[in-house]
Amino acid sequence: MDWLTNFPAMDLERLTAIKRAIDESFRSFTRAYGDVFEALFEPLKSFMIAAEKFMTGAPWPVTLGLILLLAWLASRNWRIVVGAAAALLLIGYLGMWDDTMKTIAMIIVATITSIIIGIPIGIIASRFRRVRLVLSPVLDVMQTMPSFVYLIPVVMLLGIGKVPGLIAVVIYAVPPVIRLTDLGIRLVDAETLEAADAFGSSPWQRLVNVQLPLALPTIMAGVNQTIMMALSMVVVASMIGVQGLGQPVLRAINSQYFTLGMFNGFAIVGIAIIFDRVSQAFGRRLQKHREVAHG
Amino acid sequence: MAEPADNIHGASIRLAGVYKIFGPRHLDFIEQVHRGMTKEELLEHNHVLGLSNINLDIPAGIIQVIMGLSGSGKSTLIRHINRLIEPSSGVVAVNGIDIMQMSPVELRDFRRNMTAMVFQKFALLPHWTVLDNASYGLKLRGVAKAERQDVAMRWIERVGLKGFENKFPNQLSGGMQQRVGLARALANDAPVLLMDEAFSALDPLIRVDMQTVLLDIQKEIRKTIVFITHDLDEALRLGDRIAILRDGKVVQKGTAQDIVLKPADDYVANFVKEVNRSRVLLVENIMQPLEAAAAPAGLPRLPARLLLDEAVRRLTGIGASEGLAVDEDGRPLGRVTLSDIVQAMVTPVDCPPEVAGMAAPATERAAAGA
Repeated sequence: MDWLTNFPAMDLERLTAIKRAIDESFRSFTRAYGDVFEALFEPLKSFMIAAEKFMTGAPWPVTLGLILLLAWLASRNWRIVVGAAAALLLIGYLGMWDDTMKTIAMIIVATITSIIIGIPIGIIASRFRRVRLVLSPVLDVMQTMPSFVYLIPVVMLLGIGKVPGLIAVVIYAVPPVIRLTDLGIRLVDAETLEAADAFGSSPWQRLVNVQLPLALPTIMAGVNQTIMMALSMVVVASMIGVQGLGQPVLRAINSQYFTLGMFNGFAIVGIAIIFDRVSQAFGRRLQKHREVAHG
Repeated sequence: MAEPADNIHGASIRLAGVYKIFGPRHLDFIEQVHRGMTKEELLEHNHVLGLSNINLDIPAGIIQVIMGLSGSGKSTLIRHINRLIEPSSGVVAVNGIDIMQMSPVELRDFRRNMTAMVFQKFALLPHWTVLDNASYGLKLRGVAKAERQDVAMRWIERVGLKGFENKFPNQLSGGMQQRVGLARALANDAPVLLMDEAFSALDPLIRVDMQTVLLDIQKEIRKTIVFITHDLDEALRLGDRIAILRDGKVVQKGTAQDIVLKPADDYVANFVKEVNRSRVLLVENIMQPLEAAAAPAGLPRLPARLLLDEAVRRLTGIGASEGLAVDEDGRPLGRVTLSDIVQAMVTPVDCPPEVAGMAAPATERAAAGA
């Protein structure tokens, strides 16, 4: 009755052999193609380095001014700008300026990459039902798989550093843009689409004139979520050498520095709120034309 | 048509033997439907008979109204003319060209150049201004910006929206939004104008207003307009020809006077009985033809194609009790008395007695009017 109390698992030796075989083949794959992949991600790396260099290299009043200007242009809301200024000044005063700038650079690059990848995939998914059916479980895996797990192959392939960290962040953060682009396009009013067809739109004209603009509020909600998810990945990504606010948090966990952890944690919360409010205000501003003036 | 053909900018439309079955296996059932399978039998196979043997010849330059209640298939029918919906079988031809034979690219060109459509819920682009919306069709066609805005601006002014060109649709009332929809369709300068319950979502007063705008514009542009409505008064006011649709079948087609004077069946008669006849019937419909060539002298002259209510106004205005109906060239055709007119206004003419007897009792009519 041994099989009742102990689960009849696969023979241990065979299981180890299988795992080892998979590992070996992946390892030889990385040995063979690691350089190719590294070359492939070279543009991403230069983008990342340039963003980080700019954010940390420029005198702090310049960067601060630039962030606040962007916040103003996007939101046109003084309260948001003043709040952002206060939060950033406090963060800087508490000695976390450089780390914060590195994190902001990372989030900006990750968000832009996610948008560039996510929106086209979302458009394709909205058009082809089959793509959507296949994509949906893949996105589920990307969002629920513990992020440490897919750090492993990324590190094996590209080593430790900014780019693998960025890839890990993008994998985790891209699903909302894809999902909400797809959803937003499918929710576009049927009669408006019919009008586009009736006047003889080509598929491209339909997409650019009608589907994307009308889906934009939903897409912006996806971008907002993506930013938030990217921020939450910062700490995990610091385990593979991404610099920024995640590193001190990691150090604080390892050495039980309570205050260090709290400070950096709140700095992450601070920039999360700034990003959230600014991107939401931007989304609302994009829909100004929807305001009903007439009853 | 009495008018010279070069005034007409419309295109002729022909639907012949058009059937539409909704459902995934619609083509499998088409044979059986041709052989007479009914709507109910088809429904047992979970397929819906949308249109059944539609034959409609619409000459160029007229307003063809298609009237029916919801579910009669009228919106399905109008979408066959620009192939937004494809028939299960049958021919749809515009200016003699079978649009079912067109490739996707040809179809797109056809829609850009030959048709324009006005929608019940306006279907404007909310993120574009009135001017951009009105020039939408021209933009799709690739007309240069300055030129298309010029054309659009002319039509915006024509429909009475001057000064609103930089507003967004949501800043306008429903009636104004539909004026934008109309301007967008007219700016396309397409020979065929498809109007799908275009005025149904508007308040009654604004609806009548828009009908007037449309009739005025049609006098200039002489397009072929296919107008869908569920409102008989609207149908009678706008339609040069009217087709009444029920359960996907045309139950009657003809002029407004044909419909009112000779309803094809009880269904149509029932519709017609509440109609204000004096605004539909013409003097020529009730005049007594002259027996001799000599016209009686001294009678006030009335155009034969004058509406009865206007005829009453003219006769009572001068205190006459009888008039002489004349054609466009002033030739006398017949005579008409005030009492003839009044009689025609209150009792159905040429109506089978059982239909005439169907007129609702006064109490019921009052309840329906409330």
